[in-house]
Amino acid sequence: MNADLFGLELNVWADAAIRLVMVVTLMTVVVMGYTYLERKIIARFNRRLGPTKTGPWGLLQAVADALKLVGKEDLRPRSADPWTFELGPYMIFIPIFMGFVIVPFIADFHIRLLDLGLIYFVAISSVSIVGWVMAGWGSDNRYAMLGALRSVAQGISYELPLVLSLLAVGMYAGSFNLGVIIAGQDVVPNIVWQPMAAFIFFIAALAELNRTPFDIPLGESEVVGGPFVEYSGIRWSMFQLGEYASIFIMSLVFSAVFLGGWMWPFGEDLGRWFQVLLSGIKAGGFFFVVVWIRISVPRMRIDQLMGYSWKVLLPLALVQVLVNGLVMVNGWHEVTLLISGLVGVAVLVTVTGRVVAAPSVRPGPARPLMPTPAIAQGEAVS
Amino acid sequence: MVTEPAYEFETQDILLNVGPQHPSTHGVFRMVLSVDGEVVRDLVPHIGYLHRGAEKLCETMDYRQGIGFMDRTEYLAAFNAELSYVMAVEALTDIEVPERAQWIRMILCELNRLSSHFMFMGAFGIDVGVFATPFIYAWIGREALIDLFEEVSGDRMMFAYFRPGGLAWDVPRNFKQRVNEALVVAEQGIKDFDTMLTENEIFVARTTGVGKISAAEAIDWGMSGPSIRASGVPLDVRRDEPYLMYDQVEWDVIVGENGDVYDRYYCRLLEMRESVKIIRQCLEKMPDTGPIMPEKMPRMLRTAPGEVYVRTEAPRGEYGVYLVSKGGNRPHRLKVRSACLANLQALRDMSVGQYVADAIVVLGSIDIVLSEVDR
Repeated sequence: MNADLFGLELNVWADAAIRLVMVVTLMTVVVMGYTYLERKIIARFNRRLGPTKTGPWGLLQAVADALKLVGKEDLRPRSADPWTFELGPYMIFIPIFMGFVIVPFIADFHIRLLDLGLIYFVAISSVSIVGWVMAGWGSDNRYAMLGALRSVAQGISYELPLVLSLLAVGMYAGSFNLGVIIAGQDVVPNIVWQPMAAFIFFIAALAELNRTPFDIPLGESEVVGGPFVEYSGIRWSMFQLGEYASIFIMSLVFSAVFLGGWMWPFGEDLGRWFQVLLSGIKAGGFFFVVVWIRISVPRMRIDQLMGYSWKVLLPLALVQVLVNGLVMVNGWHEVTLLISGLVGVAVLVTVTGRVVAAPSVRPGPARPLMPTPAIAQGEAVS
Repeated sequence: MVTEPAYEFETQDILLNVGPQHPSTHGVFRMVLSVDGEVVRDLVPHIGYLHRGAEKLCETMDYRQGIGFMDRTEYLAAFNAELSYVMAVEALTDIEVPERAQWIRMILCELNRLSSHFMFMGAFGIDVGVFATPFIYAWIGREALIDLFEEVSGDRMMFAYFRPGGLAWDVPRNFKQRVNEALVVAEQGIKDFDTMLTENEIFVARTTGVGKISAAEAIDWGMSGPSIRASGVPLDVRRDEPYLMYDQVEWDVIVGENGDVYDRYYCRLLEMRESVKIIRQCLEKMPDTGPIMPEKMPRMLRTAPGEVYVRTEAPRGEYGVYLVSKGGNRPHRLKVRSACLANLQALRDMSVGQYVADAIVVLGSIDIVLSEVDR
C-alpha cells in the first residue's frame, strides 16, 4: 500500500512516520514561538519590552528557558505517590499530542482526516483531565489536590458546551471531518453563519485551556499553580509544553471550524506556502486574543464559573443546535442562521454579565477549629 | 437560599496552610484555613514572622534615631509613620513646628497615601487574578511619586525626613512644580484603575458581597482607615482631630455602604481623588519661603517626663504612637498602635463561610503591611 505525501510515493507506515515527525517538530517549534510571543505581547501590554537579551529581539528566550528547565533537578516529594506523580505529566501531554491527528494544517498535509474527527478531538482532549487528577493526587499537596479537583469540575462542565457548539457546526457542515468542514468554507466562513457557536466554542475553549479568566485550577494567587506546584525541571516543562500545545491545537481547530482554515478567503489555488501563512495568521490571531484576555480580566470564582457554564453556555448551545436542526429540516434560507446567531450573541453578551455578577449564594456557616476565645466575643476575661 | 447541604456520607474538613510563603499573603503572614471542599469553615491567622522588636529597639536610642525604625514599621507609607512618632516627640518637648514645615509634611503624607494606595490597587489586582497588568500600571503612578520622594528626602522608601521640630532639610526649589507633575501622572493612574478594575464585570462579580463586615462589628474590632469607612463608619482622624493643617483644607471623608471587598477597594480609589484635592489646596496655601525648623533647637533632644498618645490617619488607618518618657534623651516606652493589626483581627469574621478564593481577596482588601502588624 502506498500513500501520497507532497507527491512522493511512500509506504503507508513510512508515510505515517514522516507525518508524525513533521507534526511533532512543528508543534515544538510553535510552542516555543507561542511562549516567546506570549511574553512579548504581555510585555507590550504592560509597557515593558519583554525578553531582549537572548538572541536577536530575545528570540532565543524559549530555547534558554528549555535549557534551564532541562538542567534543573527533577524533585519528587518524599510523600508523593511515585507512579501517579511521575506519570501525571505524560497523561496530560500525550492526549494533547494525539489531538493533532485530525488537524488539517494545509490542503495536502495532515496526519489522518478522520470522518468523526471533531468527536475524536473532544474525546481525546478530555482525557488529559485524568493527568491533572494524577498530578494533583500524586503530589500529596493540598494546593495541588484542590487545583486538580477544580480542574475536573471545570473540565467536565465546559466539555458540554464545547461539544454542543461543535455539534452545531457539524450539523451545518454536514460532516465531522475537518477536511470537509474546511472545504465547505471556500466562500463564507462558518463564523458568519454560526456566530453564537463560535462564541460559545471560544469561551469553552478558554476554560478547557485553563486560561484566564478560567485559570482557576492554576490560580497563582490562590492555589499557587495548582496541580504542578510540586513539579520542577523537565516534568514541569512538560506541563507548559502541554498547555501551549493545547492552545495551538485549539487555535487550529477554531480556525478550521469557524474561520475556514487555509481555505477562506482565497481558496486553494495560491499554493502551499500561502496556505501555511493563512493558517498561521488565523491560529496566531486566536492566540493573540487569548493572551489579550489573559492580561485584562481577573479570575472568576469557582461557583461563578460553574454557574456560567450550566446556566448560560449549555442552554444557548442547545438552542443553537435546535435552530440549526430547524433550518435544515425546513430548508430555510441561511440568513435565518445569521440573524438567529447574532441574536444569540447579543443574548450571550447581555446575559453573561448578569449571571456572573448575580450575587451567588454564600456557601454556609462556620465550623470552628477551636472555641473562639472569650476575649474575641467581647466578654470580660478575668 | 440554600442551607447546609445534607451529606449522605461523612466528610472531613482539611487544613490548608496558606503562608508564610504564599504569593498572596502580602509578606510573611500565615493563615490556617479549615476547608470543606472550596468553602472556608474556619480561619486561624498567625502573625509574628516579621517581629523585629522595633519598639523595644527605639527605647535604646536617641529620639532622632527612632525615626528610622518608624519608617521600617510602615514601609509603604513611611512619611505617615514618621509623622506620628515625630508629633509624639514634639508633644512631649513642646516644640513649635513652623507653618511651612507643616504644609510640606501634609503634602508629603498625602502623596504617600497616594503611593501606598497605588500599591494596594496593584497588589489587589493580582489577588483577584489579573496577570500583572494592574500591578504594572499602578507602578506608573507610584514611580512618579517615589521619584519625587527621592528628590525630597534622598530615599525612595525609608525617608527619615521628618524631624522633631520640622524637616531634615528644605524641599527642592522646584518642589511645587514637581508635585504638580507627579499629580498629573497619579490622576491618570487613578483613571486607569477606574477602567481596569472598577468597571470590570468579573472584578465586580468577584468582590461585591464578599467579605462583608457590619459597622458595629468593624467598630468592635477596632478597625480604622478605609477598611472601616467602607462599612459606613465616617471615622477619619484627619477630620475628627485635625492635626497639621487639615482644618484649613476642604475635602470629603469617603464612606462606603456595604462593607464588602468592593467597597473597601472603591473607598480607597475615591480617597485617592480626595488626596489629590487636598494636595492641590496645600500647594496653593503653602508659603514659598520660610523656616522649616524652629530657630532654636537643642543639640540633644530631651523630653520632660510624661506620656503622650498621638494618632494620625495613615493610608491603612489610625497609626498611633504611645510614648512614655521619664526624662532624658530616649523614650522609656514606645508602643505603636498598628492599624493593620486591628484590621487584620476582623479577617476571620470576614472570610469564614466563603470560598477559598474569597479568603484571599478579603485578605488583600484589608491591605496589610506585615512589618506594621508585627513591628
